[in-house]
This record gives sequence, structure tokens and C-alpha cells, in this order.
Amino acid sequence: MMRNENYEAGAANDMNSRDRILKDKKNNREILCYEQVDICYGEKQIIRDCSFSVQSGEILGIVGESGSGKSTLIRAAMGLLGNTGVVTRGDIWYQGKDLPDLSEKEMRKLCGPELAYIFQEAGSSFCPIRTILDQMYESVKEHQKTTKAQVRDQAEELLSRFGFQDPGRILKSYPFELSGGMKQRVGIAAAMLLNPKVLFADEPTSALDVTTQKQVVEEMLMVRETFGTSILLVTHNIGVVRATADQMLVLKDGKRVEYGATGDILENPQSEYTKKLLSAVPVLRR
Amino acid sequence: MMKPVLQAEKLTKIFKSRGREPYTAVADVSFSLFPGEKLAIIGESGSGKTTVVNMITRLLDPTEGKIFLEGEEITAKKGRQLKETYKKLQMVFQSPVESFDPRRTLGDGIAESLINNGMGRQDARQEAIRLLGLCNLAPEYADRYPGEVSGGQCQRAAIARAIAINPRVLILDEATSALDVTVQEDILKLLTELKDKLDMSYLFICHDIALVQNFCDRVLVMYQGRIVEEGIPDEVIRNPKEEYTRNLIASVL
Repeated sequence: MMRNENYEAGAANDMNSRDRILKDKKNNREILCYEQVDICYGEKQIIRDCSFSVQSGEILGIVGESGSGKSTLIRAAMGLLGNTGVVTRGDIWYQGKDLPDLSEKEMRKLCGPELAYIFQEAGSSFCPIRTILDQMYESVKEHQKTTKAQVRDQAEELLSRFGFQDPGRILKSYPFELSGGMKQRVGIAAAMLLNPKVLFADEPTSALDVTTQKQVVEEMLMVRETFGTSILLVTHNIGVVRATADQMLVLKDGKRVEYGATGDILENPQSEYTKKLLSAVPVLRR
Repeated sequence: MMKPVLQAEKLTKIFKSRGREPYTAVADVSFSLFPGEKLAIIGESGSGKTTVVNMITRLLDPTEGKIFLEGEEITAKKGRQLKETYKKLQMVFQSPVESFDPRRTLGDGIAESLINNGMGRQDARQEAIRLLGLCNLAPEYADRYPGEVSGGQCQRAAIARAIAINPRVLILDEATSALDVTVQEDILKLLTELKDKLDMSYLFICHDIALVQNFCDRVLVMYQGRIVEEGIPDEVIRNPKEEYTRNLIASVL
């Protein structure tokens, strides 16, 4: 099936996403697998012996305090560890390919159409002097034969689904003309234009207020529902994990301290650290 | 009746730029902060929270309205007079690392405000170490640079700097938003201890409603530059009167 047909089929798919995940698990539709991964920056070991897997269409929430290695873990899959960061042991498997072993050229082919990344500060990932449409067009034409008009139509449809009243205006805007929340939502839409199979989201809601946070969460659920995208969501907001993630991974000092179904961990945390983390979350008494 | 330590009277801020319609960021905002009180301002991005703070700290001039600190009007103060005002009014920012000079140690950053207020260099260093201790940081942190400590440790140092000259009012602009929950909890405990020890009042700008409910005595809800609701956090959250407040609370995940 071609990508665009996938897009249409995804939109029409009304199968309940959780049912689909259960079916995928039964069919072993594992899309990403970390096996005993160690990651070092220079001499300093950041991630130790970390293993987990993500099924097709599953949302995995990765939580832990600052410095626990959450972002490093997902950056490693995208080859975004910089000059000093190295996966020193273990494998990150994506559809039969060990990502840390791929060349830069091979990674470039995957980044965008297969694997996409959204940053905490979506604003800083856009070029400040070019319109949103120009930037979307550039990223799509890098991987597909297309025209600007086709990208505009596709982007307008996607932004409408995201609830934007006037997608045409958004596409003509420069990043500084959009609010922080809008930029973040447009960033997710831009990442989804190429219909990637895995979306890595690094603290996508942390800089946003509660109303925009809720919109972003709803959009990520819509993306999973519509396109069947697997999402690895790094956050320190337990509320966001509760609202979105099927599975949850708790990290402390680069080590996996707990991993399992989100409901089970939130209801019945096993490790002392997870208990401490959950007890520190301020609870709204309605 | 207790006199407010800080009072805003009909504060309005209109931004004007050539070729664009004037934009009213804050309209008719009035409130009082009483001694020992922890007053929160909540609202979504763009609601005008930070513009109110910037007017109170005189980083922006109000278009209309007045500001009183301990009964004295500070709306038009400038230069040396404004420096005197800052002895009573200090601020802690959202991003602690960016609020320090990256080329100077935390100890130097804290000592600077003491030296500017007439303390000798040696005494200022000793006092900086004492203040770091008050914020649960060991003396060796005085010699560390902002980039060498965690976000939570840097925020503790920023609080130490803010309390150095015994202010009456501390403005905390999203001071815990960039921290994770365990560190956030520690910082709130520290702020509660310091408030009682040093007899301060807090103006707490935040978008985390659960945190406001657990930490603050009173809350103002801002929407499109205006205060739309105010009250005790438990009452406002459990029985919101305004549609906007209801939506805001319903958005909490």
C-alpha cells in the first residue's frame, strides 16, 4: 500500500485503538525494540542496560526526573546524540534494522517518513524567517516527489483535523506570528505530514498551559487513532502519561526501575522511586 | 483591618506599534497582597499574568493605574528611588540557569546584590554561603557555575539571591514550572519554611492549578487581560462561577 493510501485508510479506520494494540501484540507487531542499551556521553554513562519494546500504534510514556536519561533514550534512536554521545552496548531495532549501526545516509532516509521527532520548544525547531508552508514543503519534498500545492492541500486537511479554524492563515504565517501552543501543535502536524510510523515526542506539553496541554494530548491521541502511529512520549507530567500512554517506563539515573501497563503502575507502583515520584505529584481536589 | 503589603489599582497596559491596532494586554486589574499571604495568579498563556508582574516590578510602565508597596506609590519611581523599591520587592524567574550570569559563580551572583546594597566583599561572600545554607545548599555551591548544578539546585540559589536583602514581597513567575515533580515539591517546602522565617508575602504566577490549590491561600483567575474570578483556591476550583474558570479546571489532566 502506498503512503497516501495508508493516510486515507488510516483516516477511515474506526477500529478501537486499544483493541488494535491488543491484536498487534497477539500478532507480534513490535515496531521498535531497545535491547540492553547502554549510552555514554564521553566517559559518563547516562543509560544503563535499558530494554523495552513498542508495538505498532502503542503510546509509551517515559517518565523520570531531570537527568534520568529520558531524552537521551529517544535521541539515540534518531541519531541525535551529538558528537560525544554513543550507544556503547545493546541494540535499538526498528523493523529489522539496528538504528545505531546505520550510516548517516541511511538514517536520513528513515528520519521523516519512518521516524519523526518533536521537541519541547517547537518554536526553536522552525526557521524564523520562512513561512510554515515553505518549511513543510521543504521537509516533504526531501522524501517524496511532490508540488507545493499538494503539500498545501495535505497540510490544510491535517491542520483542520487538528481543529485549526483557518489553516490557510497558519500556513502563510511565520513562526513568530503563532503562539507557543500553536507552534507546538503545528510542529506535530508538520511531523505527521510524512505519516511516520514512530513519533518521538520530547516533553511536548511542558512549556504549555493546561488548556493547550489538553489540546496537544487530544491531538496525539487523534494521530495514533488516525494513522496508527506509535508514540514514545517523554514527559515529567504524570497527568499527560495517565491520559495518553498504554505502557509506561520509569527511569532513574539511566536505569529502568519500572515498566508495564500505565494503569498498573499508577495504581500499584512496585519500586520505592516510582512511589516517591507519584506521591510528589500535586493532585487537584475537585 | 490588615493593610496590604502590595496593591495594584486598575492596572492597564496597552501596547501600541506602528501599523497595528493597539493591543490591550491588561485591563483594569486590581488586587491586594496581604502580609504573609501566598496569592496566586492563574490563567492561560497570553492572559496577561506576566505583563502584570512586569508592571509591578516596573520592567514595564503601566498605561493606566497605580501600584503601592507598603502604602507608598511606586508607579512612577525611577533610578535611585526604584533601587530602594527593589529592596522590598524581589523576583524568582522560571528558568533559574538563565537568570544567573553563566561566567560567574552562584556565590558571586548572590553576593552581587549584597555588595550593591553596601555590604563589604568579604562579608557578602560569607552571607552568600549562609543564604545558600538557608536554602539547603552546602557551602561548596558558592564556587559552582550555573551550568554545573541541576535545575533544582540553581532555583534554590536563585531563591537565596532573591531573599538576600530581606524583601517583603517575593514574586515567583512560574518558578517551579521547569522543574520535575520531586524537585518542585522540595522547592515548595523550602518556600513555605522561608516565608515563615523571614515574614515574606508571595505573588505566585503559575499555570499548574493543582499546585496552586496545594500551596496558595488565595487565587486570581485572569483571562484576556482581566481578572475574571478570585477567591480561596478550594472554593474557586470546586465551585467556579465563571465559564472560563470551569473550562480551565476541566482541562487539568
